[in-house]
Amino acid sequence: MRYTLSLFAVLAFIWLANSGHYTPLLLGFGLLSIGLVILLARRMQLVDRESQPLHLSLALPGYYWWLFRKIVRSNLEVAAAVWRGRTSIQAASGRIKTGLQTDLGKVLYANSITLTPGTVAVEVENNEIVVHALDTRGLEDLRRGEMERRVRALEE
Amino acid sequence: MTVLSGLALALGCFFMLSGAVGLLRFPDFYTRMHAAGMTDTLATFLVVGGLMLLAGWSLALFKLGLILLFIFFTSPTASHSLARAAQHSELRLADAQRPGSRESRETETRSMAAAETEVETDTVNVDRA
Repeated sequence: MRYTLSLFAVLAFIWLANSGHYTPLLLGFGLLSIGLVILLARRMQLVDRESQPLHLSLALPGYYWWLFRKIVRSNLEVAAAVWRGRTSIQAASGRIKTGLQTDLGKVLYANSITLTPGTVAVEVENNEIVVHALDTRGLEDLRRGEMERRVRALEE
Repeated sequence: MTVLSGLALALGCFFMLSGAVGLLRFPDFYTRMHAAGMTDTLATFLVVGGLMLLAGWSLALFKLGLILLFIFFTSPTASHSLARAAQHSELRLADAQRPGSRESRETETRSMAAAETEVETDTVNVDRA
């Protein structure tokens, strides 16, 4: 039930932020369309812990802030590599072992890797992630496992 | 506020440009993908953030915020599917290969499927005769 309510809140916010017309007729249409979407989502069994990770909502802002700073740092590194030319990079790929158990944790981890420029998660298999990195240091950084630790603190 | 937003826009443009130059300069598919990754993280953030500063407290602010949010949610998915698609081409990474993995199984099932169609054509021919 709380997942349905949270979906309602999210959809209502998106609708209100995008509409800008607050007459009773249009608000009614909005309510109707939100109801329809919730009905469809429930029938497709999409309304659950995975699509509405409410249990993360307290810890997520902290993680996002850390991830954002990491994204800025690696953006600067990649930009520097671009202007220094191709001799400054050492592209590498490798398998990163992960101890994350839940699907949600793995998805968070892999998406965080991809979102950071310089590393891309290519494939997720059981407990390994195939990562391609612009520089071998990117792989070493992941092997040190700070990001994984933070994801685990979030999810498990 | 205008100065700050102008600064953010200019920086965003710089990172966009770096991404584009990297796309042309880097040697292969994967390294180019990293350069493109720059344009849809920090560059987008700076450009949209700069516009948000210009927008002030209005509906446009929320809309820009939503755009930013959706880009940050969808771009890793797009990059991942791009990289994954490359695994089905000759650009496949050596690390993604593994004995007894999906690939060998795939060829096995393919030969089985081929055998099945052969049998099928045979029965069709028998019926005709």
